[in-house]
Amino acid sequence: MRASVIVFPGSNCDRDVAVALEAVMGKAPRMVWHGDSKLPDSDLIVLPGGFSYGDYLRSGAMAAHSPVMRAVAAKARQGTAVLGICNGFQVLTEIGLLPGTLMRNASLKFICKDVHVRAARTDTLYAKLYPADRAIRLPIAHKDGNYFADEETLDRLEGEGRVAFRYCGPDAEITPEANPNGSRRNIAGLYDESRRVLGLMPHPERMIEKDLGGSDGRPFFESLINGLQ
Amino acid sequence: MKARVTVTLKNGVLDPQGKAIANALGSLGIEGVSDVRQGKFIEVELNETDPARARAALERMCKELLANPVIENYRYELGDA
Repeated sequence: MRASVIVFPGSNCDRDVAVALEAVMGKAPRMVWHGDSKLPDSDLIVLPGGFSYGDYLRSGAMAAHSPVMRAVAAKARQGTAVLGICNGFQVLTEIGLLPGTLMRNASLKFICKDVHVRAARTDTLYAKLYPADRAIRLPIAHKDGNYFADEETLDRLEGEGRVAFRYCGPDAEITPEANPNGSRRNIAGLYDESRRVLGLMPHPERMIEKDLGGSDGRPFFESLINGLQ
Repeated sequence: MKARVTVTLKNGVLDPQGKAIANALGSLGIEGVSDVRQGKFIEVELNETDPARARAALERMCKELLANPVIENYRYELGDA
């Protein structure tokens, strides 16, 4: 099992996700600089959270065109698992591996707090260890997390079972009040067609130990690493 | 040759920043504003002197980077004015 974490100038969750991966994998991932055009052999590629290139132009827009992303996109299309968290989700939409885009939060505010999400399906590489009908508590920390796609695209994504996670209340009810940022249909995470590429706004890597305030993020990495081994 | 690129949100895409600006105009006592939409203005200096080739280059930069076609429209003007 080999994992790579891509580091962009302005990434700030790269070390957090490396710690989470190592805790579950028992082995440190490779850290790959954005300017590299070659990727080490990887079963999993992670695009971490942060503010790549200072969010210039649009969040994720510059990172999507950095040298290493051409290699990442090629690997994703060949079936390598690619996980984009927060800014990584924004990069995945900007490069076209996931549809839609992440707009400014409806409140216009940067939101940093714990929220509840629910796995929309639990038969995937990432969500196998989550209960289907219970809420998971994970932190969000973003200003551009308002998922947008046109109605036709949203219908298609739901029809294809590509919604990964939705914002919900502590009782797992999916309500407008539980939606922190205005995302269409409470979408917090989305899969590509193969369900091996996942983008999500919440940060499972920040919730892997009780000492960090919770461990609901740990089964996410356990599911992923077990599935890839 | 200078190009001026304007990037605007598509119709139907909610613009909370525009709404906040409209509210702020209202609280300034400026009346008669029914809606505000915020966009981006980008100036590009091109070495190209042939307008047709410059337009082709601009099309490509708008499609691939300057605008996000999911939510944004773009237009551009060419000229040294």
